Amino acid sequence: MTNVPAVSVRGLRKRYDDVVAVDGLDLEIASGECFGLLGPNGAGKTTTVEICEGLTAPDTGDVIVLGRRWSTDERDLRERLGIQLQETQLAEKLTVTETVKLFRSFYARGRTVDDVISLVQLDEKRDGRVGKLSGGQKQRLALACAIVGDPELLFLDEPTTGLDPQSRRQIWELVEQFRSQGRSILLTTHYMDEAERLCDRVAIIDHGKVIALGTPRELIASLGAEHVVEFVLAHGANGLSEDVLRRMDGVRGVRRVGAENNGAGWELRSSELHRSVPALLAELTRRDLQLAELRTHSATLEDVFVHLTGRQLRDE
Amino acid sequence: MSDLETPRRRFGISPSLIQLSSVRFKEFIREPEALFWTFAFPILLAIGLGIAFRNRPAEVVHVGVIGPSPAASRVTSAARADSGLAVEELSADSARVALRTGRVALVVVPQSNGTVQYQFDETRPDARNARLLVDNAIQRGYGRGDVVGVSEAHVRERGSRYIDFVIPGLLGMNIMGSSIWGLGFTIVDARRKKLLKRLVATPMSRAEYLIAYLISRIVLLVGEVVVLLGFAVAFFSVPVRGSLLQMTLIILASVFAFGGLGLLIASRAKTIEGASGLMNVTMMPMWVLSGVFFSSENFPRAVQPLIQALPLTATNNALRASMLRGEGWSVVGPEILLLIGWAIATLWLALKWFRWR
Repeated sequence: MTNVPAVSVRGLRKRYDDVVAVDGLDLEIASGECFGLLGPNGAGKTTTVEICEGLTAPDTGDVIVLGRRWSTDERDLRERLGIQLQETQLAEKLTVTETVKLFRSFYARGRTVDDVISLVQLDEKRDGRVGKLSGGQKQRLALACAIVGDPELLFLDEPTTGLDPQSRRQIWELVEQFRSQGRSILLTTHYMDEAERLCDRVAIIDHGKVIALGTPRELIASLGAEHVVEFVLAHGANGLSEDVLRRMDGVRGVRRVGAENNGAGWELRSSELHRSVPALLAELTRRDLQLAELRTHSATLEDVFVHLTGRQLRDE
Repeated sequence: MSDLETPRRRFGISPSLIQLSSVRFKEFIREPEALFWTFAFPILLAIGLGIAFRNRPAEVVHVGVIGPSPAASRVTSAARADSGLAVEELSADSARVALRTGRVALVVVPQSNGTVQYQFDETRPDARNARLLVDNAIQRGYGRGDVVGVSEAHVRERGSRYIDFVIPGLLGMNIMGSSIWGLGFTIVDARRKKLLKRLVATPMSRAEYLIAYLISRIVLLVGEVVVLLGFAVAFFSVPVRGSLLQMTLIILASVFAFGGLGLLIASRAKTIEGASGLMNVTMMPMWVLSGVFFSSENFPRAVQPLIQALPLTATNNALRASMLRGEGWSVVGPEILLLIGWAIATLWLALKWFRWR
């Protein structure tokens, strides 16, 4: 692939009335890379993507896509981009084939309609009305419309939000297939597993700013610990302090969680689970404290987000 | 990727314009309600109006004579000589009631001095008519002779009946309604569903998108006009005296005028409710003022310039001039030019203001 970055964004700012959606954002997406914008709802992901797609004008900032600018090369860029928007409802009265055919007709060059329909596994629904498709099928059709112009760069805004696990996996396979052909992808998501599985690099966004950037592995490693131990003391007991926990073997970070547990819930980040857990249990026995819950999991991007912002990624 | 293709131009027309137009057309014909309102409703309306306003034999005029008295009997028998009059003798009280309720149009009161008095509401046309008939019958009964000999020839001209008047009006109303609704609702719906935004994210030509709407409207309109006119000619023998070319030009000009108006209404509205309010505000005055069901000449002279400038008035005037009277281009042409003016102005404004996101 070429050395021209797929997307290059500098000092992007966008304000809606009294809300600052994007607040000084820089991004550089390499050609052939699958890049993820990760963040909670309202973080500014969609606004950022729509500015890159040339659908929204930024207040200030510089956007270069495939080495070109929207102000001078819109027509050329439109031919080379594939776009899937959040919440587009395609015409319900048309069939799958008619819809793909329509989108195909807009591009000077592109893939054949049949080819794209097979690719997104909608062969059996080819003559079915769009209105009768399931959520997952509609999303695959949206993807078909995005790739029918044979784009060099694909924008996907929350491609699997609201879908069942099987449909999500189908979409992931399509995205992976597209990436394996050396094409670039910018996707937004608030699903950690999606970003970890699909993205070469991830930017975590909060309040319109990039607060962390790197490969999923780098970001998780930045926690300094690969494991997370969550526990809740029985009877809302309150006989532990941060200092005690921090001194235990392998523990790299401590956080009190869950007001609903009267402060009896804790979260430890550990680099050596096999030493931290026995140490914890020994400490609890010594202080005559009982456990109500104990869980461990490998650290994820979710933990990175929680670590950086002190909030959960999804409002649960 | 393999299997790349470049679409071929068919007859030199861009493939996306063909696709956009055919998609619009398919979406419309897959909407059963829209089909009903476009094709069946105008015909049902024409049938209803045709029955309600069919030409009936001249109506009998009811009059009363206050009696009994010898004078009343003489007046009564004189009036009965006219078969167009239904005469009854009434007491003074019941005559007053009958007059007030409109059961009789006029009451004859024989006076003691040998004259007669007519009691009627002079503002009512049927009462004035009754006065003429009754007076004529009584004068003849009392011996007045005709001064000049007359004879009558009865003429019922095709083109002067109410159904002849109303069919061009319905046609105009239908062109207006289907153009404004057909364009307005679909565009606002596409905007609401973010489909417009999705389309402008492709290399699609925006002008082609809007032109496709007009093309599909014209195709559908051929069907609408043929159905309604065919029905009117076959069942009511409504005349179509103008040339096919003239009719076609009138209809095309009005599709562009109303299509432009529809696009203008839909150019910024984000909700169906907002758009349908605007559509009603636009169409309602024209339904009333533009001579669909009754002549727009009924409105005061002062507002006539305004009424004549409305696109539906122009359409209806042109259709009536061409169909009913077979007028030439000197009459029809200015109306067509007015419609083209509307089309250019509304399309220009619509394109200027159109909100694609």
